[in-house]
Amino acid sequence: MSARNIGIVYRKELLEALRDRRTLISTILVPILLFPILTVGVGFVIADLIEKADREPARIMILGGTDSPAIVSSLAKSKNLIVVSGPANYVDLISNKKIRAAVEIPPGLQSGAGTDFAPVKIYMSSGDLKSTTAAKRIEDFFNDYRDNLARNRLTVQKLPASFLKPFVIKQQNVVSAEKVAGETVGGIITYLVIIMCLTGAMYPAMDLTAGEKERATMETILSSPISRTHLVLGKFLLVLTASLVTAALSVTSMGVSSWVIQHFQDQSSGSTMHIKIGLGAVLAVFLVALPLAVMFSAALLTIALFAKSYKEAQSYISPLMIVVVVPAIAAMLPGIELTPRLSLVPILNVSLLCKDLIAGNYHWNSIALIFLSTCLYGGAAIFIAVKMFHRESVLFRS
Amino acid sequence: MIEARSLSKRFHDKKRGEICAVENVSFTCRPGSIYGLLGANGAGKTTTLRMLATILEPSDGTALVFGHDIVEHPEKVRSSVGFLSTATALYPRLTAEEMVEYFGRLNGLDEATLKKRIDDIFDRLDMNSFRDRRCDKLSTGMKQKTSIARTLVHDPPVMIFDEPTLGLDIMAARTIVAFIRECRQAGKTVILSTHVMSEVEKLCDVIGVIHNGSLLAEGTPTRLREEYQEKDLEEIFVKIVTAHVAPHAGVEVS
Repeated sequence: MSARNIGIVYRKELLEALRDRRTLISTILVPILLFPILTVGVGFVIADLIEKADREPARIMILGGTDSPAIVSSLAKSKNLIVVSGPANYVDLISNKKIRAAVEIPPGLQSGAGTDFAPVKIYMSSGDLKSTTAAKRIEDFFNDYRDNLARNRLTVQKLPASFLKPFVIKQQNVVSAEKVAGETVGGIITYLVIIMCLTGAMYPAMDLTAGEKERATMETILSSPISRTHLVLGKFLLVLTASLVTAALSVTSMGVSSWVIQHFQDQSSGSTMHIKIGLGAVLAVFLVALPLAVMFSAALLTIALFAKSYKEAQSYISPLMIVVVVPAIAAMLPGIELTPRLSLVPILNVSLLCKDLIAGNYHWNSIALIFLSTCLYGGAAIFIAVKMFHRESVLFRS
Repeated sequence: MIEARSLSKRFHDKKRGEICAVENVSFTCRPGSIYGLLGANGAGKTTTLRMLATILEPSDGTALVFGHDIVEHPEKVRSSVGFLSTATALYPRLTAEEMVEYFGRLNGLDEATLKKRIDDIFDRLDMNSFRDRRCDKLSTGMKQKTSIARTLVHDPPVMIFDEPTLGLDIMAARTIVAFIRECRQAGKTVILSTHVMSEVEKLCDVIGVIHNGSLLAEGTPTRLREEYQEKDLEEIFVKIVTAHVAPHAGVEVS
């Protein structure tokens, strides 16, 4: 009978949720669209801006260089650089974006007389993308010039090119693609799962408690024979469903967005991304996040139940976001590792464990400790929610 | 049958301390008759009815509703009761039929019985034209009919009405009044709270006057008229209330 009653409440709440535009937006639409917009959309806009800055010729100014006409002439002929002449107030001109960079050529650079260590100074605005692009072009030009000069000198001295570079240095990744994924995007995925578990549960939790009070349906349901324990469990299951659906859709959407970006990057650069996230790892993350979603759902139901209206519930629940974001974001910070003590800190423990799981590190003792402790917190949150549903002072707060 | 036995309800208020909303209230409502709980706003009517419907738990005392103790077996009590008030609204995103189905299922009806009862109620209340319409799209009258159908779906022997016509227009109020009469004719035990004297005149077989949480007088309208030497029920009500010097004021929590 009890499971039947919980099922009846759950099915009714699900039906109402599927007919509620606000729930559909927060549970389904936002998680599906958030990442494509953030990653693909914003990514393409940024890539487009960089490409435009790369194609656009930059106006630069040459300071000095009267005794190095060949260098000045070559620089002026460089691709995508337009040399302008004028007063030497280059700082103002760069600040006002009239020119993007200025280069100061030391005396005697072309002749090479006593200028071996004289610096070629490039003046630019470090916050301006077009300025940094122009500075890079100037630097590339002088790097080429310097390399040619060095090669010519070696030829004169009849020395091989390897004289200057007797050996090369090469970095090589030796850890698995999963580990790279764990260290790079593992924190982001974990953060996403945790935050989406919370945001997905927020609206339904408020709707099913404060919303019921506001719409005067709370007394209607309390007059039915269902026990308050079964009622709160039915409502809780719906909030949990919303929480998990939101998190699952977010991760799926992020996966698809990443695949699209990777696909385009591979096509344009021919490179392959050395990141791999197995389906097993993602499922493991969800399994660990499940008791956390239980905790969020029950806690949100309890908090929202205190409110008399939807608006009041929003003001109670919004600060909770900060409480969750801080430990969730910790997984993205370098240097924070999972310790036995941190294994008992709610949210932070799941956050760090999920990152490990994505990296392919399965420390079973930690997994068991974190899973059990989070289950315990989740169970305690459900217990409190049930207790609150039995308190008249909470249900009929005036 | 409803037998209230020394029902009391106290609330705690941060500013005012303990408030006695209902104090030592006892009365009996018999099947096939309508008991009218008459009182001003804040007299304790809603709190009393909420206790009888087991929405609130009494601080002291108890009541038997259709033989079930409201403290010991609240779920059995709720299975025997149809509770209707202006605070028992409908779920806006459910259709009229889904709303009634939901409460039928919560009352333990099997699907075949539920379908039969819904068809019967919807025919009787002439609700088939808006059966599939969402409750937030219904007119006030349609909403009232749906609420009535919700309270009737499990055919409860006891009906509790808390100011059922409050805020309704004449036509919607008439629907409710007619429904309350039908409940009496069907042999149900009916208790009704109101402060509208015309409703009391039209409907009630027994009247209980409640003020500051205490039941001050009780009897049939005829008996009360004889006792207070007044024809007008409103005058009788004022006489009873003004004669009572409340040593401890109660506040109804709604």
